[in-house]
Amino acid sequence: MSDFNLEVRKEGEIVVIKTSGYLNNVGGEKISEVCYKEIEDKSKFFLLDLENTKVVNSIGVSILIEIIEKLQDVDGKLGYYNLAPIVEKTFNIMGLTKYSSVFYSENEALEGIL
Amino acid sequence: MVKVKPPVVELTLPVLPDMELAATKTAEVVSKHMGLNDDQAAEINMALIEACINAFEHSESDKQIEIHFKIKDDLLEIQVTDKGIGFDKSKVAIPKIEEKLGSDYKRGWGLQLIKELMDTVKFESTEEGTTVTMTKKK
Repeated sequence: MSDFNLEVRKEGEIVVIKTSGYLNNVGGEKISEVCYKEIEDKSKFFLLDLENTKVVNSIGVSILIEIIEKLQDVDGKLGYYNLAPIVEKTFNIMGLTKYSSVFYSENEALEGIL
Repeated sequence: MVKVKPPVVELTLPVLPDMELAATKTAEVVSKHMGLNDDQAAEINMALIEACINAFEHSESDKQIEIHFKIKDDLLEIQVTDKGIGFDKSKVAIPKIEEKLGSDYKRGWGLQLIKELMDTVKFESTEEGTTVTMTKKK
């Protein structure tokens, strides 16, 4: 099994999740577990730092669609930064970029997600 | 004149979690051998991951899938074959995120990704299995 790990921190009202490893169903579920707990605790703004996730599959990315759906219920937002070109392309093909935001640096992401 | 057959790299994978990553390791070596650029290699890897996942899902757990990488002069042809029960491509809807949001079924993106990332894609499915043949030009 591939390893997938998360580091979670808060920047004010923004939850920043730094991932590492293959974003498959297991990775997606780990991200959603963190997001749903934080949403229960009234967090609304989430950023994924995908610098160390160079490989994804559509099942893992589908779980991000679930998170977007949950965030729509609370007027929240999901964004990403440090994406590998193929990951950004995959997000575009699947339409995630219509309902969540891609940023090109952490500073841009922290300012733009609010 | 004798026609020379293109070199073929063959890989057999068991239906085990994340085994699609073994296929991408082979694809990386083949892409490098062919002089494909990083973007092309990444698109091949992503399409291959999706093709393998589909093949695994159509297969019994004790079965294997087969992958053939055919190294041609101007393109790479990849065939992914499973021995599952087959499927009717015409019944696979084109996924749209607008419809996925609010739906219980968020998945079903594999074929669309393969089509978008590769130059050509062909599906042959019978009751004895499915072969996806996809190509990427150099």
